[in-house]
Formats: sequence, C-alpha cells, structure tokens
Amino acid sequence: MPLVFAGVCSHAPGIVGRADQADPLAKQRLDAAFRDLRLQLEASQPDALIVVAAEHFANFFMNNMPSFAMGLADYYEGPIENPEWLGIEKTRIPGNRSLSERLISKVMERSDVSYAEEWKFDHGIMVPLHFLTPQYELPIVPANINCQGPPLAPLHRAWEFGQALREAADSVPERVALIGTGGISHWPATPDSGKINEVWDREFLNHWSKCDKESLLAYSDSQAYMDAGQGAFEIRTFIAVSGATEGCPATVHFYEPIPIFAVGCTTATVDLSVP
Amino acid sequence: MQKFLFELNRNADFQSRYLSDRRDAMNGFDLSDEERHALAEPDIGLLFHLGVNGQILMHFAAFHEIEWQDYLQQMRDGIAAHGPVREGVYAVTGYEGVDAHSSRLSKTSDAEKGS
Repeated sequence: MPLVFAGVCSHAPGIVGRADQADPLAKQRLDAAFRDLRLQLEASQPDALIVVAAEHFANFFMNNMPSFAMGLADYYEGPIENPEWLGIEKTRIPGNRSLSERLISKVMERSDVSYAEEWKFDHGIMVPLHFLTPQYELPIVPANINCQGPPLAPLHRAWEFGQALREAADSVPERVALIGTGGISHWPATPDSGKINEVWDREFLNHWSKCDKESLLAYSDSQAYMDAGQGAFEIRTFIAVSGATEGCPATVHFYEPIPIFAVGCTTATVDLSVP
Repeated sequence: MQKFLFELNRNADFQSRYLSDRRDAMNGFDLSDEERHALAEPDIGLLFHLGVNGQILMHFAAFHEIEWQDYLQQMRDGIAAHGPVREGVYAVTGYEGVDAHSSRLSKTSDAEKGS
C-alpha cells in the first residue's frame, strides 16, 4: 500500500515539560497546530506510524553508535526522562514486530540499517506521540538517525534512508504513515538554549517545502553548527522525509519561534497526491 | 564520564545505587578525580565544561530536580569559571559563549536583511 501520510514536527521537551512557562497564546497556537496535524494523520487511517527521530543518547551511545537504526519489537517504553520534568507519564507504546521485520528487510536492500529489539523512547518520540497518538493505540516503528555524536552520516545518506523507507512502506499491505521529528536551528540543553535563528529556519523550510534536493543537501554540518547550533544536525530527519517523498511539495502549517521551548516550533505535511 | 551518565539516565536500579552512595556507583568507570568530583556534587557547570553532551546532562539535571533556568545558569557559570568547553561536540568548532554567539548571529541576520 503506498505511503498514506508524511509530515514533520518538532519534538523539544519543553513543549510539554515547560508548557506553563510559555506565552499562553503561543502555546494555544502550537496546540492547535498539533491538533490539526493529528487530525490529518488520523484521516489517513494508518495501520502504523514510522517515526524518524533524532535520538539523544537514550539507547545508542558512542560505544556502538549506528548512523541509522529501526525498532523491531511489539512494544516499546517511554519516556526515559523524569516524567514530572517532561510532563508525560511513563507508558508502554505498541509496536508491530512483523511489520518492522518486513520494513527493515526491505530497507536493507538499499541502505545499511541497524535494528533494536529494545528501545526506550525519549522526548524525541514521546513529545510527538503525546500530541499525535495521545491514547498510544497506533503501532509505532521507531527509526533513528544519529544527529548527536559526530561523525554523522552525510545528508545525502539521510535522503537515501528516506527513499529506502518509502520503498519499504510501499511494499507492505499495511497503511503506513511517516513523520520526521527534529529541530531546525536550536542549541538544545546548552547555555544558549532558547536562541533560535528564525531567518535560517525559514530559509530551510522554504527549501524543504519545495523538496529542493540540491539546496537541502548543500547544507554542511560545520556551517550549520555555526549558524544554527548543534541542534541543526537534526535536519537529517526532515531530509529523510523529503527523500521519502521526492517530487512532492509540502506545506508548512505552523512555524513560530518559542524560546522557552528552545526551538522554532513546526508542523508540516507533504502532499502525497503529487507524483 | 558520559558513559556513566548514559547508564545512570536509563537505569532505575543504577539510579538507586547512585543515590545511596554516589562515589561507590562510579566504581568500574574510568574517571579522573576531577570527573568523580563533578559527578558526585553534582557540579553541572564543570560537567558541561568537561564536555558532557547537553542531552545527557539535561537528563542528569532533571534527575537531581534542578530547575530549567538554574540548569542553564549553572552551565553559564561553569564556562565563566573554567573556560570554554574542553571536549565533545561543543568544542568541535570551539564553543564561544552566549554573548559571542548572540553577537555573531545578530550580525549575520543584519547582513541578510541588508542583502
């Protein structure tokens, strides 16, 4: 069954954990954007959701760091963080081992990917699920791109990983949805947390919404680090979604810098009706 | 040092052991005296200066119930007291500090508006 949904969203822990410290109107606008994204996801009637995330040393560490990894389990746990700090209770999230195995096998035909039968979700997946599948009823297939510990896979490999995910999703009978989650410019968890380069973000989102492969792959980590912080390494998750939806335009439904959330909060979807 | 925090952040039993005897929990990890001190206090500013990734450090600070703004300030104080980040991703291109970052970003933004 062809991919039924594709989009991206932010995952910063402050979106839930520090919700009470934000401008209430800004928080309301972001909540409405997440609600609309959830409704679009639900309207696609997915059987499962692949979440392309940027894990943050919750499962993968520098002793054994995969560039790309996918979950292979019937359930996962999360959040790894202190629930009071994150504002999300610890819970069990359904997976689908059979589906994961078929997807991973297909991805392996064109992209090297690690797999994990155990996976503890951190805010990178839990915050999106908190808004998009709040009852935790939809089976999740987690996919991680190393955006934390250099050396990082080059951007064109993130694009190709997205293409491999798309081929895999299209090859199974289930209705598969895809969401990429990451920050654009941000300096998460550092003294510069709260700084957001809106100009950089809007230029990136302009390229992303046009699925402009040449422009997207022209970013360099060294320049992105200088202009947009180490959090900008997470553009790999957005680029993977572009790779999965090559040729399709996308719409940024919401973008607003919210400093206490430490990121320019974003929701967007891809128009899959365009070949 | 980061391996210790990685294990601590994801293992509830290890967290209990750390809470009962912080230094005993460090046995088996290759740590300098400075690192042991920073982990036992905990000294968030020194840990950041030594190169602990913020994603790991953020969880450790939350575990110690350090408020968000205090966590940010302790990192700033650590840079002021000890100097730029020594190792890790923040030292890849040289961590320049909050004021220098803000100044450069402002110049970049102004240049783009003028172009």
